Parts: sequence; structure tokens; C-alpha cells
Amino acid sequence: MSLWRSLPRWSLGILLMLVLAALIVPWLSPYTYFAPSWDEIDLGPQWHSGHLLGTDDLGRDLLVRLMWGLRISLLVAVCASLTSLVIGVLWGVTAGFIGGRVDAWLMRAVDVLYSLPFIPLVVVLTVLFGRDLVLLFIAIGAVSWLDIARIVRGQTRSLREREFIVAARVGGLTDAQIIRRHIVPNLAGLIMVYLTLTIPSVILTEAFLGYLGLGAQAPLTSLGTLIADGASQMRARPRLLICPAVLLAVLVYCCNRLGDALRDRFDPASQSL
Amino acid sequence: MLRFIAWRLLAALPTLAVIITLAFFLLHAAPGGPFDADRAMVPEIRAVIEARYHLDEPVPWQYLRYVGGIVRGDFGPSFQYQGVSVNELIAQGLPIDLTIGSLALLLALLLGMPLGMVAALRRNSLADRLCTGLALLGLSLPVYVTAPLLILLFAVTLQWLPAGDWGEGAWRNLVLPVVALALPYVAYIARLLRASLLEVLQAPYIRTAWAKGLPASQVLWRHALRPAMLPVVAFLGPAAVGLITGSIAIETSFGLPGLGRFFVDGAFNRDYTLVMGVTILYGVLIVLANLLADLLQAWLDPKVRL
Repeated sequence: MSLWRSLPRWSLGILLMLVLAALIVPWLSPYTYFAPSWDEIDLGPQWHSGHLLGTDDLGRDLLVRLMWGLRISLLVAVCASLTSLVIGVLWGVTAGFIGGRVDAWLMRAVDVLYSLPFIPLVVVLTVLFGRDLVLLFIAIGAVSWLDIARIVRGQTRSLREREFIVAARVGGLTDAQIIRRHIVPNLAGLIMVYLTLTIPSVILTEAFLGYLGLGAQAPLTSLGTLIADGASQMRARPRLLICPAVLLAVLVYCCNRLGDALRDRFDPASQSL
Repeated sequence: MLRFIAWRLLAALPTLAVIITLAFFLLHAAPGGPFDADRAMVPEIRAVIEARYHLDEPVPWQYLRYVGGIVRGDFGPSFQYQGVSVNELIAQGLPIDLTIGSLALLLALLLGMPLGMVAALRRNSLADRLCTGLALLGLSLPVYVTAPLLILLFAVTLQWLPAGDWGEGAWRNLVLPVVALALPYVAYIARLLRASLLEVLQAPYIRTAWAKGLPASQVLWRHALRPAMLPVVAFLGPAAVGLITGSIAIETSFGLPGLGRFFVDGAFNRDYTLVMGVTILYGVLIVLANLLADLLQAWLDPKVRL
């Protein structure tokens, strides 16, 4: 079965559409995410004015705001996942390749970090150091690399014993060359899988911070912030809650579905969680 | 067994030390202090207050003083609530968290296990696809999405249940928070149990059990379920971490006066001692959950000896 056919087409299609919409809609729409419009407060969805999902309590176009929230979510997801990928792969390869005492200490550190109440620490971090987007990437990335480090370490250990690595060593390659040319390329599939599985959890973390009021600085918005805003006025305008909630759920569902399918293909032995 | 417990608790000390140190220095590295409030303060008064909370001492001394307090079980005075100690706030909030947390976990087991079992027993059937699909959906709906939607549906539209408030723990007030907190864990448990049950059902001793002519209920309940529960039990540790995060969102959504609320309020108001106290308590809860998971695993799995 080819890789392409094993992927869930609907989820992939919806994801691509969401990414495209996030890029295009704010650019096409005549409305901005920040400018209030006092004549157009709380409009229902209407076709002729271009407010396809209506407006919020300040007269701002809901669709445009949703798409900006989606942009922020996707941006944070990609950057934070890459941060976690870099840390996790470096940590895991180092532990797995060197082995022995270094391995024991590095993995012991991972165990300790696993039982830290991480999300609360990220909350403290964002409260204290302000709501900087870059800081958000780093903070979320720095807390989500543990799984990747464990997986990569396990795989590196088993790769290290294989004949072609021994052959490479006999052939006179240095450790750095072996890691770069033989270990990392062989980890690529697995890394892709766990990158895909990290993305939805990062999106959820970012949305959680947004929900607590720690997301992007207003008037810029994120999906979590939109949900919190909608929740605070759900009695008057349930639309403002339901739209971002559904969008977030669909986004995360499709990412999870994609990650599951990739894992079943590249790492069938692993427990599905 | 007792030796194992003692050993595990001892091994958790470095984790707690990391939490305490990290929380302390993070908070002290932050720009701005707890008394930089909107109104300007007379320098003398400021000095008196800072002396009272020992904020005038060098940071390493404050750290030692704080650690010394924790060893004696004293988290210090709250900065935000004048005249109230962090211990009192924790004593007030913790029962709420434990109530909704344990009820949610129970509900998740009660709903998640049958779902996982049905899915595994009728593999690739319509029921299986429905269960796995629902489970994946459950994983994709975080607490802060389900909680407001449940409020909208059951409290605002149908008006069956109250939209929030603790109400002295009346069951009507508990239903929505517990359900919202439990939903992702229903999904996790169903997925875990399905995967492990599928594996166990292929083991030779299950074939033997069938071959002996045991009825399906006996094969399932007495032979297959026990080993299949191991990954679910191991999940208890990560579940504790998730329940803590979830409880923060739940308490914010429903306005419950639990630890999560104190934590968020404290963080916004730079109430150093309160935030540190709650963070450390979270760490302790996670350590205890992991310990409990290990003990349950040893009880379930005859190969594990303590």
C-alpha cells in the first residue's frame, strides 16, 4: 500500500482547505480583524455584506477573526513543534548513541520532567514575561519534546547495533558523520509521525493559554481567546462561541486522524494512545 | 511493598526539588513584584511590607527560608489575600479538585471501558468504527471547548442544570463539570483498552481458554481483561497531569473556587507564594498518582513483584 493511499483523504483535504482559508480569507475579505464598526454590531450571517458568519459585539467580522485565530494557531503549532523536534531529536540521539551513563542521566532527566506540572509552569511563564509570541513558541516547544526524545532514543539504540552502522564505523566514519548520514535519515519516518502527533497537542496547549486570557495580545486573537470571548457572551450570541469551538475541534480532529494514520503505517507496533 | 513505597517516595524528592527551585527562581526572575499595584506606595510602608514578607532579604536567603517552610509543611502567607495563609487556601480548594477529579476519573472508567471492550470484541465492525471515531473526536475536544458548549446546551438553552457555582457540592452543580472533565478520558481509556485487549485476545492462553469451552463472558472477564487493564492503569500518571490542566479550565468555566482558580488568579496577581504552593501541590499529586499506578500494576500483573 502506498503512503498516499493509507492517508485519510477527508482529513487531509479539510486540513489543506483550512490552511488555504487561513491564508486567503483575511486577504480577500474587505474587513479587518481589529477595526470595530459601530454600525454593524452583532449582525447575523449574511451574504450581501460579506459578513459570511456575521459580526461580533464590536462589529468585527467573525470569519476574518476566526481565520486570524487559525493563522496564530497554525503558526504556533509549526514553530513550537519544530522547537520540540530539535530539542527532542538532539536529546534522544545523544542519549541513544552514546549510551551508558550519559544515557542513564539524560533519560532520568526526562523522567523527572515528565512528572512536572508543565502547563501550570507555562502559565506562570507567560503571565510573568508578557505575552510574546516568540516566547509562546519556545515555552510550548520546550514542554512538548519529551515524547519525541524517548522514541528517538529507543530507535537510535536499536539502530546503533545494526550491521550497517558497524560497517560505517569500520569504514572510518566519525561518530558525527554516522549520526548525520546513517542515524538521522533512518529516524526520519518516525520523526515525521511524532511531529504530526505533536502538532494537535501544541494547538491545544496554545488554545488553552488563549482561553485563560494569555494568548495573543488583543486585538489580535487566537482560537482559544475567541472561545473564551464567546463563552462570556453565550447567552446573547451563541454563534460567537460555537463557531470557534467547532473550528478548533475540526482542526485538532483532522490533525489527530492524520497522525494516527501515519503512526499505524510507520510505527505499527506502538500502542495507540 | 512498604519498602517499595518508601523508596519511590524518596526517588520523588529530586522531582519535587526541581519543581520548587524552578517555580521559585522563575517567579523571582520576573520583572515586577507583587506589590507594584496600581496605587503608588509610600516608600516606608513599602519597606515595612517587604520586610514582613521577607522580600528585602537576598534571594538565596528567601529561597532557603521558603524551602525550610515547606519542609515544615508551611507554604507561607498569601500575598494577595491579606492575612490568609496559602495552607488555608489550599485546604479550601483541594477538596473541590479531588471531588471533581476522582468523579471524572470514575466516570471515564465506567464509560471508556465498555466502549473499548465492544470495539475490541467486534473489531472492524460498525460498532468498532463508531467507538474509535467517537474516541478520536473525544481526544480532539478539549475541556475548554466542551465545558462552554455543555453550559450553552444544558444550562442556557434547556435550563436543566445550573451553569456554574459550587453550591456546596450539590450533585446538580457537579454534573456538568464532571462530565466535561471526564470526556477526553473516556476517549483515552477506550482507545487504550481497545488496543491492549486486541493484543491480549491473540495470546495463546486465550486460545486455550476458548478451547476449554469456557463461555465468552468468562474468557473476557477472568482471563483477558486483567492483563489488558495494565496500560490503562499505567495511564493513571499522565491522566493526573491532564486532569490538573483540565481542572484549571473547568474551574475557570464554571466558576468553582478550587485550586485551579486560585492558581490562575494568583498568577495574574503575582501572588508568588500561592502560585508556588499550588504548583508544588500539583507536583505532589502527580507523584502520588504515579505511585498508585505502579502499585495497581503490581497487583494486576503477577510478573511484577514489589
